[in-house]
Amino acid sequence: MVGLTVVAAVLATLPLLFILGLLIQKGASSLTWDFFTAMPKPVGETGGGMANAMMGTVMLIAIASAIGLPVGIGAGLYLAEHRGTKLAFMVRFLSDVLNGLPSIVVGIFAWQFLVRPVRHFSALAGGIALAAMMIPLVTRATEEMIHLVPSSLREAALALGYPRWRTSLTIVLRTALPGIVTGALVAVARIAGETAPLLFTAFGNQFWSTSVNEPISALPIQIFSYAISPYDEWHSLAWAGALVLLALVLVISLVARFATRSRFGRGHD
Amino acid sequence: MTEPALALPVVTTSSAAAAEPRVSVRSLDAYFGATRAVRDATVDFNEGQVTAIIGPSGCGKSTLLRCINRMHETVPTARVEGEVMLDGGDIYARGVNAIAVRRRIGMVFQRPTPFPTMSIRDNVVAGLKADGRRAPSRTEQDEIAEWALRRAALWDEVKDRLRASATALSGGQQQRLCIARALATKPRVLLLDEPTASLDPLSTQKVEELVYELRGEVTIVMVTHNMQQAARVSDRTAFMLNGELVEVAPTSRLFTTPADERTEAYITGRFG
Repeated sequence: MVGLTVVAAVLATLPLLFILGLLIQKGASSLTWDFFTAMPKPVGETGGGMANAMMGTVMLIAIASAIGLPVGIGAGLYLAEHRGTKLAFMVRFLSDVLNGLPSIVVGIFAWQFLVRPVRHFSALAGGIALAAMMIPLVTRATEEMIHLVPSSLREAALALGYPRWRTSLTIVLRTALPGIVTGALVAVARIAGETAPLLFTAFGNQFWSTSVNEPISALPIQIFSYAISPYDEWHSLAWAGALVLLALVLVISLVARFATRSRFGRGHD
Repeated sequence: MTEPALALPVVTTSSAAAAEPRVSVRSLDAYFGATRAVRDATVDFNEGQVTAIIGPSGCGKSTLLRCINRMHETVPTARVEGEVMLDGGDIYARGVNAIAVRRRIGMVFQRPTPFPTMSIRDNVVAGLKADGRRAPSRTEQDEIAEWALRRAALWDEVKDRLRASATALSGGQQQRLCIARALATKPRVLLLDEPTASLDPLSTQKVEELVYELRGEVTIVMVTHNMQQAARVSDRTAFMLNGELVEVAPTSRLFTTPADERTEAYITGRFG
């Protein structure tokens, strides 16, 4: 029995190891300095990079975080502090549904309401679509972390004469913060690689752009369009892009793990 | 009558003669939903004295304590009827702000509750920042922190690590830190809800000595399930049973010649 579970445990990690191995084998050769600093070259020319896509991914994450973190943390705080209310029950349920929604549906929804009315793709629409994916993750992570804060701390603050809102912000939220940061980073890692919500919103862009009102590229979109192209040169760039994306997610996950480790001081029971 | 099983209390009652009530509970009922946890309680807590509230688990002693600083109502469905007079005013009167009431009364709980994100020093002065507006200057805060830590008999143990995390302290030190935190706002009344229930005997002794020393300056109401503790540190003792305040008397009298047979049955160990 133990042997079987060990086999299962090893099998569970194999996909990641295989993917990592394949990406390094296929993409490492294209991973030059140019890849990070240069713009894409037209078809037929060799070389070129994905500087615009990386900038795009950073911008999209920034837009999504600017919207998703305050909303998600605020909603999680509400759910934790008002557990029993009807609204909390509804929000919790709908948040779980939104979390399970296929990302392509989120993309189509964002296209309908953010792209069609203004008649052009934009980084803003992409960021909002990603925020929609991020909010339920951050909400539930925040709620769970706040639950780990002993209610005796809340009582102690109230007994000192802290108003309820100040207790929530300076004692409860502050105590849960390391865990919430971890949850937020996990959410960022998750959306950093999302492609489907961006296809009809950020759309992709072969040129350098930092405008929120224009289409923008992103690593996943660039990988997608290069991968389905008929050119070998672009294929290897797509592999390199995938490797960079994986490394990005890996780094964020490591940082998240590190933040978790310092959650609560010693001697807490 | 039956001989009490306890040692006689060591507390002198000389201060009891001139005692004035600092807190007066009048016909107080406390509810959780439809359940009445405290029934028609009337009791005075005298200026500068330690009053212990004893009784079996679930008798409503903690609930009564939490009515004195309006903490009871922070629990969903909880409500209070009756009056609690503090400094001549009813804290349950219309227009009285519960938060302002809590700032005038210190409270320490069963388990130590240091704020884990704050240093020792910041924990002590946390109550001074409760309303955010009138926080004293840093040097004033440092002075108040030292004063409160000295009164809580913790200064010598922590003076070299005021910036360290409060959670690194031992359980007994954490509880004295919580007492210092409660004292820092200079309350006239201090509520202790089984303050030694989670502590070892040595730490318990330190907290008891502290309570003994603070009498005279602060009016203390202490809930305890430990009758010996009540006998050791209190001037007066109240006995509660099933939400009812059975008897309130000077501690020496309650433990030697209780007026009510239920009190006698409890202190002689026949139930509870």
